[in-house]
Amino acid sequence: MRTFYGTQLPNPLMLGTAQYPSPAILEQAFCDSGAGVATVSLRREGGAGQTFWTMIQDLGVLILPNTAGCHTVKEAVTTAHMAREVFDTKWIKLELIGHTDSLQPDVFQLVEAARILTEDGFQVFPYTTDDLIVGERLLEAGCEVLMPWGAPIGSGRGLNNEYALRAMRAEFPDVPLVVDAGIGLPSHASHAMELGYDAVLLNTAVARAGEPPLMARAMALAVEAGRLAHEADPIEARDMAEPSTPVIGKAFLS
Amino acid sequence: MKIVLNGEHREVAAETLAALLDECGFSGRVATAVNEDFVPSSLRAGQQLNDGDRVEVLAPMQGG
Repeated sequence: MRTFYGTQLPNPLMLGTAQYPSPAILEQAFCDSGAGVATVSLRREGGAGQTFWTMIQDLGVLILPNTAGCHTVKEAVTTAHMAREVFDTKWIKLELIGHTDSLQPDVFQLVEAARILTEDGFQVFPYTTDDLIVGERLLEAGCEVLMPWGAPIGSGRGLNNEYALRAMRAEFPDVPLVVDAGIGLPSHASHAMELGYDAVLLNTAVARAGEPPLMARAMALAVEAGRLAHEADPIEARDMAEPSTPVIGKAFLS
Repeated sequence: MKIVLNGEHREVAAETLAALLDECGFSGRVATAVNEDFVPSSLRAGQQLNDGDRVEVLAPMQGG
């Protein structure tokens, strides 16, 4: 099984910590899903930071800080350094936003920031598009994980471009790949895993569901089902029916 | 001295970043930057502040 910078995940679900109705519901969602990784961020200290930090530590999961909202290399690199100190981890989910409406990554700056951070000793998880060449450049820059989007962040549209995600899996057979963003339903998460992805990162689909812990559990079951399906080598789809019950030996009764 | 702390204009007595954190009651896990450059916690005591400096004090927060 592929590892994330040498770390084996307990399961293929990475869960965000934002937008839950309450901290108790967030905790319950992690508990019910068994998600092994929590994404977090850094924001101006207004008093709530220390309570949140204690809660996250109590979850006992791996922490993946992000650079959400950064629009320049400089801003992302500085944020990454601050996150490394606060969260005491080399892991960084590198986000460099290029477009206001779609939150599409600015892949040119992403590659540059990834190179700088890798040289500084970070283990970079780049939030990227499904472009193969960008993926190649990120690997050249030192990334050992790629996290292409399924669809724009928070859109819940699922896998917008299955063809591209499939191509990415085929192009980088040894690289841990995560579908990050755009998941709305367990079937979307399962779909990503069926394609052979190693994990799924989602937040809004769980946090904004009517019952977040229930959806978290549904997502955990879905990624597991998808992973098993991929390992089981699924059949090819075909256009025409093919009887599953043997034809030979059928009685003549008409 | 007048500085900008987390986007707000403030009049402070502190002359170093470490003293500023004490003066403004920050404790626990925070990360700091002065004029858009990261200042590691080990260097805060030696980080002199100047009039007009922009100081950011960040803490763990929810994220996706």
